Amino acid sequence: MSDRILTVEGLEVSLPVPSGTLNAVQGVSFHVDRGETVCIVGESGCGKSLTALAIMDLLPRRARRVARTLTLLGDPLIGVPETKMADLRGNRMGMIFQEPMTSLNPAYTIGNQLEEALLRHRKVPRAKARERAVHLLERVGITAAGQRLRQYPHQLSGGLRQRVMIAMALMTGPDLIIADEPTTALDVTIQAQILHLLAELQREFHMGLVLITHDLGVVARIATRVVVMYAGQVVETGTAAEVFGAPRHPYTRGLLDCIPIPGKTKRGEHLGTIPGMVPSLVGQMEGCHFAGRCNYVIDECRAAPIPLVSAPGRGHAVRCIRADELSRQPAAAEEGAA
Amino acid sequence: MAETTITRTPLARAGIQTAEEILAPSPGAMMRRRVFGHFGLMFGAFVLLAIIAMAIFANVISPHDAYDQQLGRKLIPPIWHDSPKVTWNHPLGTDHLGRDYLSRLYHGAQVSLLIGFSAMIISGLIGTVLGVLAGYFGGRVDMVVNFLITTRLSMPVILVALAVVSIIGSSLTVVIWVLGLLIWDRFAVVMRSATQQVRSLEFVTAAEALGCSHLRILLTEIAPNVMNHLIVVATLEMAHAILLEAALSFLGLGVQPPTPSWGLMISEAKGLMYFDPWLIAIPGVALFMLVLSINLVGDGLRDVTAPENRS
Amino acid sequence: MAIFALKRLGVALLVALTVSLITFSMNYLSGDPAITIAGEGARIEDIENIRRYYGFDRPILVQYWDWLWNALHGDLGRSYSLRVPVADVIFERLPTTMLLGACAITFGLTLAIPLGVLAAVKPNSFFDRLALTLAVVGQAMPTFWFGLTLILVFGVMLRWLPITGQASWWNFVMPAVALGYNVAPAVMRLTRAGMLEVLASDYIRTARAKGLRPMKVLFKHALRNAVIPVVALAAVQFGFMLGGSIVIETIFQINGLGYLAWESIQRKDLPMMQAIVLILSIIYVVITFLADMLNAFLDPRIRVT
Repeated sequence: MSDRILTVEGLEVSLPVPSGTLNAVQGVSFHVDRGETVCIVGESGCGKSLTALAIMDLLPRRARRVARTLTLLGDPLIGVPETKMADLRGNRMGMIFQEPMTSLNPAYTIGNQLEEALLRHRKVPRAKARERAVHLLERVGITAAGQRLRQYPHQLSGGLRQRVMIAMALMTGPDLIIADEPTTALDVTIQAQILHLLAELQREFHMGLVLITHDLGVVARIATRVVVMYAGQVVETGTAAEVFGAPRHPYTRGLLDCIPIPGKTKRGEHLGTIPGMVPSLVGQMEGCHFAGRCNYVIDECRAAPIPLVSAPGRGHAVRCIRADELSRQPAAAEEGAA
Repeated sequence: MAETTITRTPLARAGIQTAEEILAPSPGAMMRRRVFGHFGLMFGAFVLLAIIAMAIFANVISPHDAYDQQLGRKLIPPIWHDSPKVTWNHPLGTDHLGRDYLSRLYHGAQVSLLIGFSAMIISGLIGTVLGVLAGYFGGRVDMVVNFLITTRLSMPVILVALAVVSIIGSSLTVVIWVLGLLIWDRFAVVMRSATQQVRSLEFVTAAEALGCSHLRILLTEIAPNVMNHLIVVATLEMAHAILLEAALSFLGLGVQPPTPSWGLMISEAKGLMYFDPWLIAIPGVALFMLVLSINLVGDGLRDVTAPENRS
Repeated sequence: MAIFALKRLGVALLVALTVSLITFSMNYLSGDPAITIAGEGARIEDIENIRRYYGFDRPILVQYWDWLWNALHGDLGRSYSLRVPVADVIFERLPTTMLLGACAITFGLTLAIPLGVLAAVKPNSFFDRLALTLAVVGQAMPTFWFGLTLILVFGVMLRWLPITGQASWWNFVMPAVALGYNVAPAVMRLTRAGMLEVLASDYIRTARAKGLRPMKVLFKHALRNAVIPVVALAAVQFGFMLGGSIVIETIFQINGLGYLAWESIQRKDLPMMQAIVLILSIIYVVITFLADMLNAFLDPRIRVT
């Protein structure tokens, strides 16, 4: 058993909205061990970002979060006073956000904002903090780091700002980094660089990394384990090899059909799509959340909540009552999706 | 709930409304709900309508002639005062010339509303034209209008108004025109930015691509979309004009005696306020209530028409 | 930054020039200024004499140029009624009005900014409602009436404060409150709106993600950005207040520029009126220019390019 960094069990997040309660995250469980990269994938609006914010306790004021277990290296992250949470945040766990353009304070220099992250949690002289900032900026691939420290965010490009954000999250040498779609707002050419950098840093600093992304190609390359979320629930989870090699949930298959695979997808062949959209999560929903869009839906799917079932002896789990039946006939799946 | 979530997707895909969407309140109904649920707006509208009614029916409801001086019965306190002089004949008492205070209050509402409304119309016309042109055409037009706004803002309103009125002599018309010509700045500022925002939206670009004339775009595409901002500024500027008129009249250079203006009533009572404070309290409260109600209506309209409230 | 400053300076000068032109043209508002000075029913010869004495017989542009040239050299003409140089009187009275304005804006800002911040930090709370009520009431309160009410309550009934004059600092309390209360609503609303927007921004979330303490997030990261637009508004409001001081100075009989303006309006002392309007406009132009510079200093996006 390796070193367990983050344990999430039965995480629920709900938000009051004018038409009722939005149950954005419904019983999400997963864990991250030291040196692991766990990727959370799924469409927009399925609760990925709120899961990340819930771990950091950075949810919007009105949101409510509940969990059976939510611990970082054995310390609870729920039901503890804000001052205690603030001691952990930015110290043992750091977060990188989706919007590098707006995530840095326009009024302060890069150096000020980097140093602040360390000075808050460690009793070190400012000169030491600056030294570490320069070191980390260089490490995340920023040249002339000493000069950058004196610059303001608006003087940097989006890619550079995201590198600064990464360096900022690393200032205290955290055990866990949560990166919420860190490349969505960036140019395609820079996206890959940033993701590779993250993967590299994760190995180098031997941290746990939670990466939230749409980019399944990236997931396939860098994920240790994958969590597929749909409409607030985990629908499939397992090692990258398991989930990509033998996807068991119709939604996971649908997602995988949407991306071209070099050498496998033929020229001129249509890529798959998943018709419809993520259902509204306001109020209670019975049965399988994916039933409305699934090609294999039967009456039983809508009758009762579907449990997340692990295959015996393995970590690969799926939330589909027809998973066994469907994975025995992969041809049917191809046909149905076409 | 379960059923709607399941049935919704295929139907929505086919462009058909689901039961949930059909049963949802119509935009009009939601607007009505917001309007009637907005305390400030309702309260303001109620007070404002009451004052407007006072002004319109001033001649009918006034117990006495507002100009009739009865020096024999001057400075009767209002009825809630503990004084042998109080009489239901003059519920709010009489002023230093024995004129019935309630009747003067009613007629004062006429003056305030007339000046406020007229000055607002004049400044609204000037400011809206300037602002919309600046926002729509941008570039040099915008620069010129911006310069005009800056220049206008740098001149002290009350002082210029007083100076002008003192030079050319005061009358109701003069006060209206002077105020109207001086307070168009907020109209211009707000309409400029509102027009700029609408200008950058796709439907305006689409109309341009279709070859619509500037005038047509301004009237059919821009105007409807900046109207809510216009209404809000109009209410606030009307309140502003009313306050300015009161200040001018208070300083003796606005509406001239014996016309009953609330500002003038306060001015006339200033010397007596140590002994008869109600003389300034009554018109002051009336002025405060009028301006408050207009502001509440303006703020309320902004709240209920704000785009973030449109779901 | 230098280019930004120069551009603003250019606009400021142009505004000042335009204002001077408008102010000058007040001479001709009533038609013939010589008749205005001479008064109703003056003899033709007297009017002619006055016209020659004050130079109204020259071409208008020449008159404007002379007036402007003299004004630039500190000569704003002679008062019709006091028979002394206008500039002397104005610069004697100006400090009083500036002091009153400074007290008033200080009062207004110290009332409005903390309330606006509190209201934004706890929206819909007791403080938020209190701040909103104060703003709504403040906007509707006629300044002169508020001033009179203050006199009545604190000067006459409670006898806590002196009613008129400027003998001591205590004399400035009520005028400053009456004048400053006027600017509070707009500043409060802008502070609240700015704080609400900033507090919802991504960089505040970043600051919280670093584990910064709430006070540090609020004062270092939020307030600094929320206050930038407030600076410009406060400058504009200060200018308005100097103009509005005429009402307050008349009520409290403070011998400042406002009171002087009122006296000269009563006496139809045109050069004095013109000079006061011009001076107040130029003070406004200077203050807004300084506010722009302060803004640029506070906002690195303007300062550093």
